[in-house]
Amino acid sequence: MDLRQNVKTRFQGLLEIPEEGTSPERYRAIRRNFVILMLLVTVIPLAIMAFINYHQYRSALKDEIVNPLRVLVSKTKHSFELFLANRLATVRFVAHAYSYEELADEKNLQRIFRALRQEFQGFVDIGLIDANGVQVSYSGPYDELQGKDYSQQEWFQHVRVEDFYISDVFMGYRRFPHMVIAAKRVGNGGRTFIVRATIDTGRFDELIASMSLGAYGDAFVINRAGVFQTNSKFYGKVLDQCPFCPVTPSFEPNVLELKDPAGRDVMLAYASFWRSDFVLMLVKPRAEILRGWYSLQSELAFVFVASVAVIFFVVFRLTKILVTRMQQSDQRRELALRQMQHSHKLSSVGRLAAGVAHEINNPMAIINEKAGLMKDLIELTPDFPDKAKFLGPLAAIVSAVERCRTITHRLLGFAKRMDVEMEILDVNEVLQETAGFLEKEALHRNIKFRLHLEPNLPRIESDRGQLQQVFLNILNNAFAAVENGGMVSVASWEKDIDTVALSFHDNGCGMSEETLRHIFEPFFTTKKEAGTGLGLSITYGIIRKIGGDINVQSKEGEGTRFTVYLPKKPKRGSGE
Amino acid sequence: MEDWKVLLVDDEEDFVSTLAERLNLRGIPTSIATTGEDALRLVAADAPQIVVLDVMMPGMSGLEVLQRLRADFPQIPVLLLSGIGSTQDTELGMRLGAVDFLMKPLQIEQLIGKMSAAVTKAPGGVRE
Repeated sequence: MDLRQNVKTRFQGLLEIPEEGTSPERYRAIRRNFVILMLLVTVIPLAIMAFINYHQYRSALKDEIVNPLRVLVSKTKHSFELFLANRLATVRFVAHAYSYEELADEKNLQRIFRALRQEFQGFVDIGLIDANGVQVSYSGPYDELQGKDYSQQEWFQHVRVEDFYISDVFMGYRRFPHMVIAAKRVGNGGRTFIVRATIDTGRFDELIASMSLGAYGDAFVINRAGVFQTNSKFYGKVLDQCPFCPVTPSFEPNVLELKDPAGRDVMLAYASFWRSDFVLMLVKPRAEILRGWYSLQSELAFVFVASVAVIFFVVFRLTKILVTRMQQSDQRRELALRQMQHSHKLSSVGRLAAGVAHEINNPMAIINEKAGLMKDLIELTPDFPDKAKFLGPLAAIVSAVERCRTITHRLLGFAKRMDVEMEILDVNEVLQETAGFLEKEALHRNIKFRLHLEPNLPRIESDRGQLQQVFLNILNNAFAAVENGGMVSVASWEKDIDTVALSFHDNGCGMSEETLRHIFEPFFTTKKEAGTGLGLSITYGIIRKIGGDINVQSKEGEGTRFTVYLPKKPKRGSGE
Repeated sequence: MEDWKVLLVDDEEDFVSTLAERLNLRGIPTSIATTGEDALRLVAADAPQIVVLDVMMPGMSGLEVLQRLRADFPQIPVLLLSGIGSTQDTELGMRLGAVDFLMKPLQIEQLIGKMSAAVTKAPGGVRE
């Protein structure tokens, strides 16, 4: 339960994208979560599918590989059984076809033996043994066996009870592997005798060779005690102990997977035969049997690893692209939002300004008319002693009203966003006109006032009055910033095919970062009593309205540079 | 001395009476009204050559007065006064037939100049 809860929380954590802000951490988190999620939902199903495929292929292929082994073992086992049954039948036939007397006759036995050797492969010798275990007659290469007493040997005891006997393979005198087949007969008149033949087991090797097992396969026969009855290619010679035994006897072919003494992984197919006295074993290295499977396995692994690599690559690239796009659009949105807030601020301040201007203008108008009337009356009156003393303050009142009027007019100008009247004009000309207003002041204050104008500046489509106001506002600020004897320079150039640029540079007092942040906001001023705080705000509004842009660089104590960019043709919709 | 009469309409009595007195001092006979209704009555009674009308007034607004005047006395030019310069109202006023507009506070010379120009241009206006 705890684990489930834990996994659930973690998974939800991946889906939760930090909502706010445009900090790099946020995008890193989004990117990380996104990558992990995408990898989880792609790689996990892929891995599960690969796992299932792997196991299905494995079991399918194994059946396909193991079956031929069973068939081969089964067939070879039958050949062995056939061989043994055939030889036993032959010996029994001899025992039953001839009487004791006939077999006891050395010459007769020689003849029979020759016939046997001619017709049946593998007979080495044949002998007749009486009921007491004494070899009565013998035909074969070892004449010294004549008269040998077998009565104490195990096989003799065996054959007396069982009627016939097939021995394990042994070396005997002859130094090559052979086996004994013996058959008992109770003859006419109750005389019991045994026919015993020795068989060369070279035929076993032929049978095994017929399995054609290749360089790494091995097949052999062992007896019940796990002793080799045939030579093994890898595990020992005849009569050595077999390292794999004992196995559970099984007449049906059976397949086991195990390690051989050399540590190789092998598959062992085996089947018991001849009343489970013998076991035919087939050993093949797993690596060889499963070669097809291993190559399939490595192909599967390659496909899996390659897919995962491709997924990783795609996920990382895609995520990077997506998150970068997201970040860009967030930034654009943020910027748009800020600009909107800014213009909202401007427009609400503008409405407020309009209201204030209206409310102030009416009393101002009254003050203006009252003072004007007093002035009129005094002027009409003949001279009296303090006439000048009256006229002076009245003129001051009227001029103060005039100042207020200028302020409220500017406020209103800002508020109502005066209509734009477009014409094709020469910016240099407008600049020179505007500079003319300030030449007197420059002369008076010994300010170096320079114009560096591009003589071939293209004409632009814009509003002359608005431009004049912009230039005047900026130049007024520049003149206010410089000390007497300072420098103000204006330059114009063509910035690109669509834009002309103007710069207004002064070496005045400059601005702090804090001031820079606010200079385009209405009512922000550093001139204390002298400024309305509207000049640059109006400037900004006008420039945006005619589709241009303005930026400012400044360093405290070093000076300020305003750069204004004006479009050659106003953009559609920028007049709003 | 001008040989034409002015009607000044503004809800600020202090303003309108003082301005009227100044105009009178300059030899321009001026009467005043502080509401739209008064203004219409005085136009009918005094037949001024020009009306100077504040756009924003409580009650009957300047624009309403203007419309009535244009309907009943189309030969009398109307000059608009506004506390806030060119606004939608002023622009509407201009479209309704006002000859010009001025922003408060006024410079009296400018007012006289505009009035004189308007009267001269008006149909059946006073000849110099």
